[in-house]
Amino acid sequence: MGKIEKKKDGIHLDRRSFLKGAALGLAGIALPLNKADASLWESLLQKHFKEMNDAEIKQVLGRLEREYEEKYKKEIKVGNEKALPGVLFGYGLDLSRCIGCRTCVYACVEENNQSKDPQIHWISVLRFKKGEKWVDLEESEKYYNPEKVPEDEYFYMPVQCQQCENPPCVRACPTQATWKEPDGIVVVDYNWCIGCRYCMAACPYGARHFNWTEPGRKPEEINPRTHYLGNRPRYKGVVEKCTFCIQRTRNGRYPACVEACPVGARKFGNLLDPNSEIRYAIEHKRVFRLKEDLNTNPKFYYFFAYGR
Amino acid sequence: MKKRMKSGCILTLVVCLAIIGLPLIAGAEERDIPKKFFVPPPPFSPGIFPCSQCHQGMPVNRHPRKLEMHQEIASNLKHMPGGWCFDCHNPDNRDKLRLANGKLVSFEESYILCGQCHGTILREWKAGLHGKRTGMWNGDKQYRLCVHCHWPHEPRFKAIKPFPPPVKPTDIK
Repeated sequence: MGKIEKKKDGIHLDRRSFLKGAALGLAGIALPLNKADASLWESLLQKHFKEMNDAEIKQVLGRLEREYEEKYKKEIKVGNEKALPGVLFGYGLDLSRCIGCRTCVYACVEENNQSKDPQIHWISVLRFKKGEKWVDLEESEKYYNPEKVPEDEYFYMPVQCQQCENPPCVRACPTQATWKEPDGIVVVDYNWCIGCRYCMAACPYGARHFNWTEPGRKPEEINPRTHYLGNRPRYKGVVEKCTFCIQRTRNGRYPACVEACPVGARKFGNLLDPNSEIRYAIEHKRVFRLKEDLNTNPKFYYFFAYGR
Repeated sequence: MKKRMKSGCILTLVVCLAIIGLPLIAGAEERDIPKKFFVPPPPFSPGIFPCSQCHQGMPVNRHPRKLEMHQEIASNLKHMPGGWCFDCHNPDNRDKLRLANGKLVSFEESYILCGQCHGTILREWKAGLHGKRTGMWNGDKQYRLCVHCHWPHEPRFKAIKPFPPPVKPTDIK
């Protein structure tokens, strides 16, 4: 312990105490405690999301709402709906119906507050030539742009986060800013992400996207119903991904892409409920999962409801 | 003796399985009880329904012929080419549809009519697999009638213009 000794010739500081005091003093100069900076201090000292209790989370949500209001000049609600008990979300996509129209892609952008410039899409629709070896994803076309879809000689496969039961991205994260929730959704805490992009390298599905700049989106285009772990406005330098529309699905609603799909190719439900649509699909159709051989165990099932 | 015990065991097992299985089969039947599906009203062309507003009092002519009204449908019937109106529409009360067995169904329940031929699709529609659902994954769902997506006289989906492709990395300035 450093001691301040009062000697005859004045106050004597040992080196350690002196350095401590100097460091604190410098920090104080660098971050003066006015009103705006109080928020900065709070965000700097914020605990990991899973270590916070309800009161602390509420405080954080309040701080974020104040920050967003100041930034976007509109009220944005940041929710923290918890995972419903006995629920494990699963997704089904009927490849025999998908027409590749990308309606889901843009419905997702509207719902989830992605940056429009630079553009971030959580769903990529891949086009494959019929009758060829198509599991070779690198041969697929993402930028197809015909006059009309579907085209006779192609079929389409939308790819988004597969919500793996064994997610490689989570293991790659050095700060535990991403994890799997009890209902199976893999989430990112944008306040904890340091932007190293290890998770993007680890993801075999290209489902994670990085904010290279401050997200470009007009304030009036921002969806004000958000979730802390979902579609709340993001920062420059953080990774984001599909969350099965956590802000909707944890309130019982279908994800935005399910409701947008004009051909009803997208199915969603509780894998633990034997009467759910997704269970019906798994039990009655031939389903497959993308890159099953990687042992990621996705909860995203592709199937062909109509053999043709 | 050992053999007899073995066969006795198998018999008991079969009986047990049957007892367990029976309620399962009964349960499966229960699911088939017709239930009301929450569907929006049928997508009529504006002003066309009720059909009786014009057809009331018209003499019923069941013979295929050139029509003064609806000829564009009759001559372009892509659904069952060679068919005729009364394969589905009811000649005596035009506000209803008519099943093959003579029963009448309302336009709100037209899926029953479609299901006469497309039984497997109807089964999947009821289960929530075929067609679009909106609403709550764990609660009230909005179903859609077959005719909301498939125009009954030409049911194949029309091709649509896709949304623009994503920006290529090479096009980012």
